[in-house]
This record gives sequence, structure tokens and C-alpha cells, in this order.
Amino acid sequence: MLESILNGFSGLTSGVTHLFSQGGPNLVMLGIATILLYLGVKKNVEPLLLVPIGFGCMLVNLPLSEMMDDGGFLRTLYDAGIANELFPLLIFVGIGAMIDFGPLMENPRILLFGAAGQVGIFLTLILALALGFSQLDAVAIAVIGACDGPTAIYVASQYAPHLLGPISVAAYSYMALVPIIQPPIMRALTTEKERVIKMAAIKRSVSPTTKLLFPIVVTVIGGLIAPKGLPLLGTIMLGNFMRESGVVARLTKASENEIANIVTLFLGLAIGATMEGHAFLKPTTLAIFGLGFVAICLDTVAGVLFGKLVCLMTGGKVNPLIGAAGISAYPMAARVVQVQGLRYNKKNHLLMHAAGANTGGQIGSVVAAAVMLSVLKGMGLI
Amino acid sequence: MDNWTFGLTLMIVGVGGTFLTLWILSLMVDLLKRIFPLQEEPAAPEKKS
Repeated sequence: MLESILNGFSGLTSGVTHLFSQGGPNLVMLGIATILLYLGVKKNVEPLLLVPIGFGCMLVNLPLSEMMDDGGFLRTLYDAGIANELFPLLIFVGIGAMIDFGPLMENPRILLFGAAGQVGIFLTLILALALGFSQLDAVAIAVIGACDGPTAIYVASQYAPHLLGPISVAAYSYMALVPIIQPPIMRALTTEKERVIKMAAIKRSVSPTTKLLFPIVVTVIGGLIAPKGLPLLGTIMLGNFMRESGVVARLTKASENEIANIVTLFLGLAIGATMEGHAFLKPTTLAIFGLGFVAICLDTVAGVLFGKLVCLMTGGKVNPLIGAAGISAYPMAARVVQVQGLRYNKKNHLLMHAAGANTGGQIGSVVAAAVMLSVLKGMGLI
Repeated sequence: MDNWTFGLTLMIVGVGGTFLTLWILSLMVDLLKRIFPLQEEPAAPEKKS
């Protein structure tokens, strides 16, 4: 009887015993979970993601819960939506339903800023290879430079699932830090004369039919050029087509609200669940965070330099600052450009131009990942 | 394939492919705008006083 009672008590103390005997990395990760929750709740840093990620991280690092074992709650979420790429794609439907590509279509050439803003991905790929990462790991890490959480998760979950945790956290953290990372680079690469350039006001020139056909054209052309990325392009454009059609308001609303909210919760928890201490606390994690930072800096550098080139080619009609908005972090990057423009000329409103470049960056990041995957397929690596 | 060949190939084809795809898309938007131009709404007739 006494032995039975003692055995029963040992069941209650085994978690604590395990944590303090073999759970050093778990203790550290519980600290990191606390920091993530603090940043999300108190500092308002991407709270929709950091709160579920932080909580998922806490759950998976409390020992012996078996939540990430077969049949466990977190494993079920992971298998249901991360292992098979479902969650990031559902998020994309919501993003497509939220975005107005109108400012981009007013001046379609601005799409090229969305391409320049992805150059950091490819430069970071070379850095990751130089640091000794395998080819597919390097690809997944480089996609942090897309500045696009769902795209980074989509690529990592397929080709480097063991790096999913650090890649996802890095991608979302740096997206939130865009207003801090970009301005010094923008100032360093432009002259004051360039920063005060006023751009002509955008005239409304896009018909509703053009807006309706745009997602179909992007899907068909993008899908034909880079079929491996069609899930990414197709879902974002599905959301946008529903928005522009105006006939499925309920579906559009559900995509941008209920579905996006539910999937964000599940996605965050499942990502947090990949942050188990023994797997997460490795030198590679630090390297991934460093490379992610470099990727976003290089995107900004490439975008601003491309802006300077366009400025030169147009005889000074384009403010090179809008090049920094060619990344996918929407709408933060556009706001950063607007703030920097106003800082040097109180009457210089670059927001609409920057919003065009920023939505171009949204498409550009997806196209860059799609092109990358299709090139890998062509090379026989996936 | 060694890492340098892999990295440089992916960079050249990747950057080139991204620019090319987005350039084609920008041309298509131009084309759409020409085929389906924005129709100005007719101004409301002025009321006779």
C-alpha cells in the first residue's frame, strides 16, 4: 500500500525531477518562451504570432507531457497543417483577400521594385552555403529574406523541417523589426537631394475589370513559369480574386478574418512546438538568426540601389527611398518609406508609391520563392 | 554539384527569373489597362435653377 502511494507521488514529481536533471535546454527555452510572450503582450511585437508561438514553446518544453509525441495535441496540429503545408497556404488566402493591388496596377513598372527587394534571398543563400549549411537548408534559410512568414514556413516545412522553428521565429521577428532595420540603411545609401525628391501624384487609371483579371493573369503566368510555387501564388491570388469579384463577400470576409485567425493560432502553436530545447539550442540557430538579419539588410540595400538606378534613368522623377518598400513586409515597409520621406520634406507623401512597391514586394517574394523551387526542381534537387 | 556552382546558378537564374516574371506581369497589367480602360463616370447633370 505504502509503495503504491509512493509510486503515485513519484508520478507527480517526475516532471520537476526530469526538468532539473536532464532538462537544462528546456529551462532555457522556457525563458525564451517567456521573452516571446513578453514581447508579444507588453511590446506588441507581432502579438498574433508571438503569443501562440511563445505558448507552444512553453508547452513543448515542460517535460513528459508528450504533447509532441504521436497522437499528442501539438503533434496533431503540426501534422495537420505544417507537415503538409496547409496552414501557410490558408494564411495566404487571407492575405490575398486583404491586399489592394490598386496602387501597384496604377504604375505596373513598380513591380520591378518587388524583384529588387528579393535579391537578399539569393545573396544570403551563398553566405549560408559558405557557412557550411547543406544546399536545401541554405535555400530554406535564405527565404527568410523574402520577409514573408508564410513563404518561409512553406519552404522550410518542405525542405528543411528540422530548421522550421528558428526560421519561422527569425522570419516573423525581423518582419516586426523592419522599422528599425531599414531606416539607417536607407539614409546611408541616399543623398539628401535624393531623399527630398517629390514624385508625381498617382492618377486613378485602373478599371474594376483590370483589377478582377489581375489575380488570374498572375496565377496563370506565374504558374506556367514557376509551377513549383503555384500553391503560394495560387492561394494569394484566390483570396484577391474573391475580394475583387465582390460576389463572395462572405468567403472573402471569412478568409481574412475567421480562417486567418484560426489558422494563425494553430500555426503559431505548431511552430512553437518545434522549439523543444534539445533540438532548438544549437549553434545553427544563432547562425540562422544572423543570416536572416543579413538577408533583410541585403534586400533593403538592393532595393534602395535599384531605386537609385531608376532615379537616374528617369532623370530624377523617382525617389530612391521607395526601393526599400520592395520587400514583402506589408504594410510596414511602405510606412517606413513614408516616414523617412516626410522627415526630409514635410510635404513629400510617398505612401501610395511605396504601397505599390510594397504590394509588388508581396508578389515578388512569392515569385522569388516559386522561381527558386522551380529552379531546384529543374536541377533535380527536389 | 558543388556548393559554389549551386549557389551561383540559383542566384543568376533566380534573380533573373524573378525580374523576368515580374516584368512580364507588369506588361500584362499594361495590356489589361489598355484593353479595359477606366471609364470616367458621366458627370451628374446640373440642376436648372
